[in-house]
Amino acid sequence: MNKAMHRLSILTNGLVKENPVLILAIGTCPTLATTTSVMTGLGMGLSATAVLICSNTVISLLRRIIPDKVRIPCFITVIAGFVTIVQMLLKAYVPSLYDALGIYLPLIVVNCIILGRAEMFACKNGPLDSALDGIGMGLGFTLALVGIGSIREFLGSGTWCGIPLLSRFMPGMGILTLVPGGFFVFALVMAAVQYASRKTKHRSRKKTCEGCAFAGACHELPAKTEA
Amino acid sequence: MTKYLIIIIGMVLVNNYPLAQFLGICPFLGVSKDLDSAKGMGLAVTFVMVIATAATWPIQKLLDLFGLGYLQTVLFILVIAALVQLIEMFMKKHIPGLHRALGIYLPLITTNCAVLGVCISNIEEQYTFTQALVNALGAGLGFLFAMILMAGVRTRLEDQSRIPAAFRGTPIILVTAAIMALGFMGFGGMFS
Repeated sequence: MNKAMHRLSILTNGLVKENPVLILAIGTCPTLATTTSVMTGLGMGLSATAVLICSNTVISLLRRIIPDKVRIPCFITVIAGFVTIVQMLLKAYVPSLYDALGIYLPLIVVNCIILGRAEMFACKNGPLDSALDGIGMGLGFTLALVGIGSIREFLGSGTWCGIPLLSRFMPGMGILTLVPGGFFVFALVMAAVQYASRKTKHRSRKKTCEGCAFAGACHELPAKTEA
Repeated sequence: MTKYLIIIIGMVLVNNYPLAQFLGICPFLGVSKDLDSAKGMGLAVTFVMVIATAATWPIQKLLDLFGLGYLQTVLFILVIAALVQLIEMFMKKHIPGLHRALGIYLPLITTNCAVLGVCISNIEEQYTFTQALVNALGAGLGFLFAMILMAGVRTRLEDQSRIPAAFRGTPIILVTAAIMALGFMGFGGMFS
């Protein structure tokens, strides 16, 4: 019973409490670039989720074999392998999505969320827990992308998933589907999350972007410069 | 010559990586706290971009020759990771001054999406070797430019302004980036 609860908490951890995009603020590049519409956001989210589940499981299985010193290159190789598989599958079966995601599809390799989870979770936990963590984190990422994508598509082009809603009454605010709109909507969503988490006294929020494998180093930068 | 100039100006202003193409956002938001680290990070990224392009462009030709194009992603990221490690070791031994200035930023760059992004886009744009190098240089300079602008705004922002509590931290930086991106959109019509 206790074990089942523990597993459930691993699964839901990524969805809300440690949502990679909204709370930890990692994986920002694909978040901003692929949320011009709901469908591209969903496609990006699910592709990254698939890679995350597979890479977490495999890295967890290999965690006793991989030497500690070369672990990052090993993780990257595993991740890159799965990204290539997803790339080939999308190219073969969903070519429209493959074209829409463009360069951001191969760039899933360098998505901080995936390497971050390998470093923080998969190399310390068993394969089942790691797979669950991958599902939770991946769905959390997808949820954030779909949410931001919905706002941008609804206000920017007046549609949702391609269904005309607002566009029947007024022209969309095109700027929201462009670059500045992406930054701005993301800023508002993050501010709303910060506001809500202050209200509920949810002080679990971490100040740093800890999930990123290198974020620890990037926050220590000023200190290291002085040394 | 004009052709190369157009590529550079295009990459710095029109297609600026962080502000117009959403590449390299993590360091753009994370390492732009003060001018010195922004400068160091920007220069290190420029340096690695050019060298990574010089390494990955011939590799792609080799892959094409053997019909192994699907290995692009795996090989590129491995080459970049190995290259960054090598550069760091070489710098530490032979150019300690440069290592002191840029060395600490190098390990962060391996998983920077701007570096892998420029290598892949060089191939997709079907640039020649020189064009690819110039393109990488332009992308790096554009990144440096955006980092310096952002660091300048942020030092003022965090010292003297009264930011609403909900916007403290990342959200206000994103709002700043949105306004900067709006400005960079003005360059959009320069070359058409």
